Amino acid sequence: MNSEIDPTISVHGLWKVYGPNPEKIVGSADAFLPRAELREKTGCTVAVRDVSFDVSDGEVFVVMGLSGSGKSTLVRCLTRLVEPTAGEVWLEGEDIRAASTQRLRELRRSRFSMVFQHFGLLPHRRVTDNVAYGLEINGMSKSARYERAMEVISLVGLEGNENNYPSELSGGMQQRVGLARALASDPDVMFFDEPFSALDPLIRRDMQQEVIRLHHEVKKTMVFITHDLAEALKLGDRIAIMRDGALVQVGTPEELVATPADDYVANFVRDFPKSHILTLRWIARDPTSGEDLGGPILAPTVIVRDAARQILEAGRPVRVMDGERLLGVVTADEILSVIAGPHHG
Amino acid sequence: MANATLVHEEIIAPRTPKSLLGAKFAVLGVIWLSSALILRGNSTLPLDRSSLTSVHTWLSGLSSAIDRNRNSNPFFVNTIDKIRSSINTFVNLLQDAISQGTATRSVPQIGWLGVVAIIGLVVALWASIRVAILAVAGFITLGLLGLWQESMDTLALTLAAVVLSLLIGIPFGVLAGLFPKFEKLITPVLDFAQVMPTFVYLTPVTLFFLIGPASATIVTLIYSIPPALRITAVAIREVPWSTVEASISMGSTRWQALRKVQLPQAKRTIVVGINQTIMAALSMVTIAALIDAPGLGRVVVQALETLNVGRSFQAGLAIVIMAVVLDRSTTAAAAKVQIATSHKKPVSRRVTRSTKWLGLAITLVAIYLSNVYLWASQFPGAGLLGIKVAAIADSATGWIQLHLVTVTNGLTNIFSYGLINPIQSVLVDAPWYTTAAALVLTGYLLKGTRLAAVVAICIAILLVSGLWSDSMVTLAATLVAALITVVLGIAVGTWVGRSMRVDRILRPILDAGQVMPAFVYLVPFLGLFGATRFTAIMAAVVYASPAAIKLVADGIRSVPESITEAAISAGSNTWQLITKVQLPSARRAIALAINQGLIYVLAMVVVGGLVGAGGLGYLVVAGFAQENLKGKGLAAGVAIVMLGIMIDRITQAVADRRDVHAKTIR
Repeated sequence: MNSEIDPTISVHGLWKVYGPNPEKIVGSADAFLPRAELREKTGCTVAVRDVSFDVSDGEVFVVMGLSGSGKSTLVRCLTRLVEPTAGEVWLEGEDIRAASTQRLRELRRSRFSMVFQHFGLLPHRRVTDNVAYGLEINGMSKSARYERAMEVISLVGLEGNENNYPSELSGGMQQRVGLARALASDPDVMFFDEPFSALDPLIRRDMQQEVIRLHHEVKKTMVFITHDLAEALKLGDRIAIMRDGALVQVGTPEELVATPADDYVANFVRDFPKSHILTLRWIARDPTSGEDLGGPILAPTVIVRDAARQILEAGRPVRVMDGERLLGVVTADEILSVIAGPHHG
Repeated sequence: MANATLVHEEIIAPRTPKSLLGAKFAVLGVIWLSSALILRGNSTLPLDRSSLTSVHTWLSGLSSAIDRNRNSNPFFVNTIDKIRSSINTFVNLLQDAISQGTATRSVPQIGWLGVVAIIGLVVALWASIRVAILAVAGFITLGLLGLWQESMDTLALTLAAVVLSLLIGIPFGVLAGLFPKFEKLITPVLDFAQVMPTFVYLTPVTLFFLIGPASATIVTLIYSIPPALRITAVAIREVPWSTVEASISMGSTRWQALRKVQLPQAKRTIVVGINQTIMAALSMVTIAALIDAPGLGRVVVQALETLNVGRSFQAGLAIVIMAVVLDRSTTAAAAKVQIATSHKKPVSRRVTRSTKWLGLAITLVAIYLSNVYLWASQFPGAGLLGIKVAAIADSATGWIQLHLVTVTNGLTNIFSYGLINPIQSVLVDAPWYTTAAALVLTGYLLKGTRLAAVVAICIAILLVSGLWSDSMVTLAATLVAALITVVLGIAVGTWVGRSMRVDRILRPILDAGQVMPAFVYLVPFLGLFGATRFTAIMAAVVYASPAAIKLVADGIRSVPESITEAAISAGSNTWQLITKVQLPSARRAIALAINQGLIYVLAMVVVGGLVGAGGLGYLVVAGFAQENLKGKGLAAGVAIVMLGIMIDRITQAVADRRDVHAKTIR
């Protein structure tokens, strides 16, 4: 196999079942019973149900679902903080499920790291010692780990707070410590378990920007768990929608908004302004015969919202061109149907 | 008005299952009472104080057989004696240091000046200077009371027991905190050790370890390991899982997570556990005087046995001072541990480095002086304060007995004839089988055959012990004391629970009341009421009330604001609010208060055997004193355990039922 096209993370048929004899549930017809019925019948609960996906190098992969959909369990299965019941997890070509306790510890110390919803900071340690914790347990000398800690502390914008205790920082600042701690070991993959759910909306937006900025700077592969669709659409290169432990749809933000796989996903995206996500590629239509094809030209990757004013003011169809090729035209009608919904009747 | 009732009914939930059960119990009670009265005097299984049954002789024989084989049996020679001698060595080491002279030296290595300086320094460093001043003043008072050496014996024994308790309790507590299965395994053992009246360990332990410091330490350990272990387990479990998980996610080993994440965060709670361990140990060390442990407890026991009120006041006061000093110091130390998670520093922490060195230097000089000079070794003065305290107590008692005799006798008589005698005579004169049947049925109605079986087994063992009648005497006293305790608990607890102001005033007193060693409660009541059952019962009420009051108050306080608001907006007056909303919602707390009240009271009623309460407690004490009653004393100990188990299981079942009710409501 060519290692260059190998995905960084590859998950095949992953299951996590809680309860007595969980292996028996995997793949059986019972696994698809409604939750209460399954519990009644076997005493088991399926948290993750036959999940498969790939994440490529440098990608931000978001798993979105409501509470209880199994997304937090899923992300813990990837690093075996929760032991999966069945399935495969490959990380950079290594079979995680086959790793020994020793090997798993090595991987956790160097290759991947995690940011938690409730931060999980140690209250009795100052910011520096929290950030340096992973390096400390790996046996790095005090001066070396403090040096590295200071680097990541300034990377996440916490200079000046390194000697504070976590309780002396605001929630947003605490999660910056969590970010710095996860970055300290310079991992290849970072896992985020609803890291901003506990924060105020304004601070949450700052932190999302921070993640986007960090992603540009450090180019880590990220798996990001959230229950917030706006957050998912904002951060994700690709998004997986999870429901009752299974993936309902995996796709780019545009794909989810434009072509939801079922009512469940459609319900999610309904209230989200499509014009913020969709590009012209999705709304261009074939020109009708005799239509004016002399209008302005726009690229298919332009987001509808950004093109709206220009198209509405053009007074004639705007051409969507991919290089030399005409993909279609867009008029005020198409723009309006994205912003205000399609014509009725 | 109709509206208000409707709302109340909604809030308080369905009553039917409870009232049905209540009706069954009412019927059961009426049947038991009427049959007991009709058949009174039949099959009451009485036994004279000096009479023995074959079981008692057998137990005496068993204990003599153990004594005879002590020097030949490999188990004794290799295990028991090793344990005994190493504990003795440890205790003797501490005694040589602060309380007793040795063969070559008639005074301890460190005299009073040195001990006071060490206490002052240690408390100043770990707690605060203010508490250190209190501790130094307290210890000097011990000397002024003329009880320096006895106090140091008590301190040495307490320290020995605390060190061993922590050495055993903390590691096992950590294990219990980490492994729920292990905790499940040991919980019944801990329950048993804590529920049983401390009195009953004494005899079996002496059987194996003889009387003296080793036995005293071991009985103390039985009582003081459980709090250390439990609180450590709670402390470990309380550590937010998110921090542990984060640490594991970064590749910590289990040991690293424990050492760097869990233990540091658990430290504060563990220090609280050390406080409780110390208080439990002090309480038990004083009671261990009954098996010849040296110290303040022995002074109290001797004074109680000779009804020397003045002397018992002296020693009682010394125990109270010791308890206050130990409690305040460790509480302050625990409060200080918390600080390390922020930069806010308490004012008292401003002890500079140079002050520390100065303190250390002064302490070293004091230790040297107290080692070399007699004036610094033996507390000067002839315990003048002690003589004064004794004189005041004696004259106060004399005055009371002269002038208030009508009041105290009146109280004694009202309670004796109005409450104690009727209950006791019904229980003692009832045929054993009616009472036994009623108890077993109670168990069955509450929790089915399992509880019924437990009760039946307890009753069978009571019958075999040959002490049914004495057990009923003890049960009667326990029920009376528990009744008063529960009434007091609900009344005062409601008051405390409803008012933050009252809470602020009363809670420190209740807290202090809970840490006092059980013994000291007998002293004032002995002065007031002389050596009677009533003294024991009142001491038991005072001993048990703080726990009951606090449980009820916390129960009342935990009723959600929204519920009380709804009731008030429906137009309830205060009385309706208390009786229809707050007390019913606090049912489980009240049931637990009844449970705790009974357990505490049983422990104290038994100790009351020392001051003429009769019943099983008297037999246990008599068993210590007279060789031929040893077997009977052992049997009485077993009978107390059986009563304790029955009372605990039945009241726990009541509390659990309350719990089930609460769940169906929601």
